[in-house]
Amino acid sequence: MKQIHEYEQDIASIRNIMEKSFKFLSLSGLSGMLAGCYALVGAGAAYFVIHAENRNYRQYVFESMRNPSVMWKLIGIALVVLIASIGTGVWLSSKKAKKLGIPFMNTAGRRLAFNLAIPLITGGLFTLILLYYGFIGFAAPVMLMFYGLALFQGSSNTYDEIRYLGLCEIVLGLISALFVGYGLIFWAIGFGVLHIVYGAIMYKKYDK
Amino acid sequence: MKNPFDNLDKVLEHRVRLQIMSALVTNDAFDFSALKEMLNVTDGNLASHIKALEKEKYISVNKTFVDRKPNTKYKITEKGRNAFRKHLDALEAVIKQQK
Repeated sequence: MKQIHEYEQDIASIRNIMEKSFKFLSLSGLSGMLAGCYALVGAGAAYFVIHAENRNYRQYVFESMRNPSVMWKLIGIALVVLIASIGTGVWLSSKKAKKLGIPFMNTAGRRLAFNLAIPLITGGLFTLILLYYGFIGFAAPVMLMFYGLALFQGSSNTYDEIRYLGLCEIVLGLISALFVGYGLIFWAIGFGVLHIVYGAIMYKKYDK
Repeated sequence: MKNPFDNLDKVLEHRVRLQIMSALVTNDAFDFSALKEMLNVTDGNLASHIKALEKEKYISVNKTFVDRKPNTKYKITEKGRNAFRKHLDALEAVIKQQK
């Protein structure tokens, strides 16, 4: 017969395996902070691009597709921010996984990536469709809302705090949909400021 | 009074078996290499414990081919899920009794 403390260890190991098999715990807080910085730089660049054309953002939104070259520049900036953020996230998370001594792309990681990808790709394509039809004012709200939904959905496979980040993005997206024309500011808050705040919280809590 | 130790599942007394069940109870399915990677055990060790669980019909085995390589997926059965739950209840009772 086993000792009582062995039974206690049994329970601890059950808990450990359940978490490890279901949650992706290598997510790096630092990469969240960096992604937020990229987004702020991107938003600044977008502001500059719009103003270089001597128009303000609100006016540009209502003039819609009259200047496709500005539109392409903005899409380019967004893509650079996206790729830089994902690249940094993958790189720093794989480093963290190594430090924790767990495989980077385990079952939980693959499931998280899949659960995030479906709403994100849907939102991305929908944003492009909105731009195509000239609904530029709704691009930022839609990006924020779909991103928030993706995080909310994916949070069950990673740290619980991500759920609240998702909710914040959804609320912010809805508010920004009410204030069409100020999308860039909301975009900078949602993808820049919130990422930096959340990244810092996660970094302090889990990465140190 | 009944001894809570009697309710413990003899098959699940081994820690590795308990860990395999914990992983399968929270997930749809696992293949051999993913289980091995997570539990940090040797091939032989894992295979023998899987065989024991399979013999009790606590897990089901599904062999397929992915890119012509054999791929074996393990799933928990209803019987296994009940046994795991009972074993957890028994563990709880054992520990409570000691306190």
